[in-house]
Amino acid sequence: MHKKLLFNLQLGFTLLVCAFLIVPVVLSIMAGLTVNYIVGIESGLTLRWVMEVWNGYRGTIFLSIGISLACLVCTLVLGIPTAYVLARRQSALSRAIEELLVMPVAVPGLATALALIVTYGGLSGFRTSWLFILVGHVLFTLPFMVRSVLAVLMAIDLNTLEEGAASLGASWWRRFRDIVLPNCRAGILAGSLMVVTLSMGEFNMTWLLHTPFTKTLPVGLADAYASLRLEIGSAYTLVFFLMIMPLLLALQAFAQPRINKFVPEDDAQ
Amino acid sequence: MQRETRRLILLLLPAGIFFSAFFLIPMAELFLIGGTGKDGWMAYTAIITNKNYFNSLLATMGVAVLTTVVTLIISGISGVFLQRNKFPGNGALVAMLTFPLAFPGVVIGFMVIMLAGRQGLIGQVSNALFDEKIVFAYSLTGLFIGYVYFSIPRTILTVMAAAEKLDPKLEEAARSLGASPWRVVTDVIIPGLKPAFISAGAICFATAVGAFGTAFTLAARINVLPMVIYTEFTLAANIAMAAALSFVLGAATWIVLALARTAAGGTVAAAG
Amino acid sequence: MSDINPMSIALKNCAKTFADGTRALEPLDLSINAGETVVFLGPSGCGKTTTLRIIAGLEEPDAGGQVLFDGQDVTQIPIEQRNVGMVFQSYALFPNMTVAENIGYGLKIRKIPSAQIKTRVGEMLGMMQIEKLANRKIDQLSGGQRQRVALARAIAVRPRALLLDEPLTALDAKLRDTLRLEIDTLLRSLQITAIYVTHDQAEAMALGDRIVVMEHGRVAQIGKPRDIYQKPSTRFVADFIGTMNRLNGAVRNGVFTCRAGDLHWADAPADASEILFRPEDIRVTDSAEASALRGTIAAAFFLGDRTRLFVEVGEKQPLVVESTVRRDFSHGEQVGLSIDPRGIMIL
Repeated sequence: MHKKLLFNLQLGFTLLVCAFLIVPVVLSIMAGLTVNYIVGIESGLTLRWVMEVWNGYRGTIFLSIGISLACLVCTLVLGIPTAYVLARRQSALSRAIEELLVMPVAVPGLATALALIVTYGGLSGFRTSWLFILVGHVLFTLPFMVRSVLAVLMAIDLNTLEEGAASLGASWWRRFRDIVLPNCRAGILAGSLMVVTLSMGEFNMTWLLHTPFTKTLPVGLADAYASLRLEIGSAYTLVFFLMIMPLLLALQAFAQPRINKFVPEDDAQ
Repeated sequence: MQRETRRLILLLLPAGIFFSAFFLIPMAELFLIGGTGKDGWMAYTAIITNKNYFNSLLATMGVAVLTTVVTLIISGISGVFLQRNKFPGNGALVAMLTFPLAFPGVVIGFMVIMLAGRQGLIGQVSNALFDEKIVFAYSLTGLFIGYVYFSIPRTILTVMAAAEKLDPKLEEAARSLGASPWRVVTDVIIPGLKPAFISAGAICFATAVGAFGTAFTLAARINVLPMVIYTEFTLAANIAMAAALSFVLGAATWIVLALARTAAGGTVAAAG
Repeated sequence: MSDINPMSIALKNCAKTFADGTRALEPLDLSINAGETVVFLGPSGCGKTTTLRIIAGLEEPDAGGQVLFDGQDVTQIPIEQRNVGMVFQSYALFPNMTVAENIGYGLKIRKIPSAQIKTRVGEMLGMMQIEKLANRKIDQLSGGQRQRVALARAIAVRPRALLLDEPLTALDAKLRDTLRLEIDTLLRSLQITAIYVTHDQAEAMALGDRIVVMEHGRVAQIGKPRDIYQKPSTRFVADFIGTMNRLNGAVRNGVFTCRAGDLHWADAPADASEILFRPEDIRVTDSAEASALRGTIAAAFFLGDRTRLFVEVGEKQPLVVESTVRRDFSHGEQVGLSIDPRGIMIL
């Protein structure tokens, strides 16, 4: 009986925590769909605010998507070789490199952004282009791609597999194409989802790096919250949720399956 | 194998160049700029010597510590509970709890306003019940709630991963020696989760210290370091001080995470 | 099935020091004949795997070392071009390919037309009796199946030599016995030069034409299995291979006197102070009283086809006696012992 009580208490606690996390999301969504927030749901549901957001901020939304995809390409190009090097040589040096890579994540986005501004702020062409924001995003998301791919590479005993392929005559490039890349597909996919999701939601750095012509979704959100009607802010948030929800769901679906494949016993075979 | 080493260096070059150009050099620049203000290199001690900065440092640390403690307790209980009890709906609860993982601080700030702002849900409920509107979104309390909100998803994942790796045989051994369930928790489970708690707690702390978006949305009146840095930079145009403060903040955060990493072992991830 | 051209392998002055200063191998000279199966045997850290990897081309010997294939210096040639087939302890099968694709990989690299690849892969699957596994993914295979695929993959390219690094260590005992027989048959039918690394001395003696016993980076003894077993040249080899009994004493007038009693040994060298002999060269006599050598049963293990006895004679270690006498032995029982002088070794 004691066990049951304990179970129920913990369950109840957990449900409360869930409510704490989910209720505000629901509230925000609802606020974006009601005609008048102050009046509440009695005022009716409407898509008017969402349409206003879409019309007014379409550019911002597309820029966010564009930067996220560009960020993905950059992290793939920079991150996969890095993960490969770290997987092949595990030494004090490789650990130091990992530490270094993680710094833009450990250090507050504010600091990273400020550093970029004081160094490159003078290059007005660079400073006012979306590339400036892209750089910040890549710095922040790169360690996630590297770590994701690295985890998979470590799990497959990369060195022995490469030796096996080499003993069969495969040159380095062949090995990379035939053995390394196909086997880290899962890591690349998980890393990609992470990078895109983080880039879409990045604010701390982007707020300092942006200009009125290079606004991303979170920056637009901050603007909307500060200056516009609550309903528009909520509708904007709703659009954000709509964009990020599929990514988050995909991330979760990806993290869950830990299938332990059945390995048949050796008998006569 | 010389060939191999050369190849590895070549592969590392793109990321290396990018990182040096856009992070290492700028950080060095930041450090140098920090010393060019009217206080010179003393700017780096300003965080302690200047009363305003010091107060904001205390406020920042205070919120961060409180957030960490509360989050660890919540994640500890729920995380271990969900990991060890399989029941229908378990997956859904986990999904709901880890959902807000990538929400930016601004959105969370907005939701705090929805809950506890002037038109917030809590205010309306309390108005109906007690005839008094409870509004706390625009203070450190609101900030605290926001920080706990985005810290729970991150820490709960770490706790659950660690709980999965706990060896049930240790608990069975303790029970066979006569330990009560409570003793098993304090003597076997919590020590077993200690590394996870340390690393999750460090991330939580570091993220809370450096968080900006939430404070920004909840209004510039809140006196935490990231906001102070921001105002120095934009409103006061005091670039040198902003640089110095943010460099100190960055260094301190990184040190906390590095210490936690050595104490706990394994990789940690912080996010905005 | 000998369309493979076996080659001879020679190592000249090959030593290996690793980057952190560990001396894994002392300068080694070794000659391996074409078609021979040589087993490197020794405990972990003795340098056997290092030697194998030097032959494979995965490690370079220290300056001055040479690796020769059929007299040609291949020391500077990387493994990709040495055309040796290698089987790893962890199999190193490619998880992203099916069994057939794994086996055909080396052929694909050599740009062999796909029709020929198909034929050859089919041959290999038949040889290893794994036809029905052709399209399976690696993670669906058992340990024994993976081992067979690894062998098939290594042989498919018709390598000049086959290098096996503890291929059976990861398998359970019964499976090891089965596969050991299969590998033995395979090596014999292929007539290929094979180098086999193991720490299991039973495996070494079963498979090797010659055995190279190694210790601490050095060769302790090279020889045929029977020679190594019956005439170990050092204490290490004597202890490492099989079980060895020891008796301390002194010789006087053709009698070796020790704590167990008197051993009548006509050819006893005058200065012999310690004699060694195998458990099968000592037996329990019919009655304790009539025997010059005596002991007390400390333990008796019935193994089905024989009984392993541990007999206390006052030495540091009890003597191990393999007895085929069909009776029960009881703890504390006094027994007589007889040692066959032909099996006595002195080091």
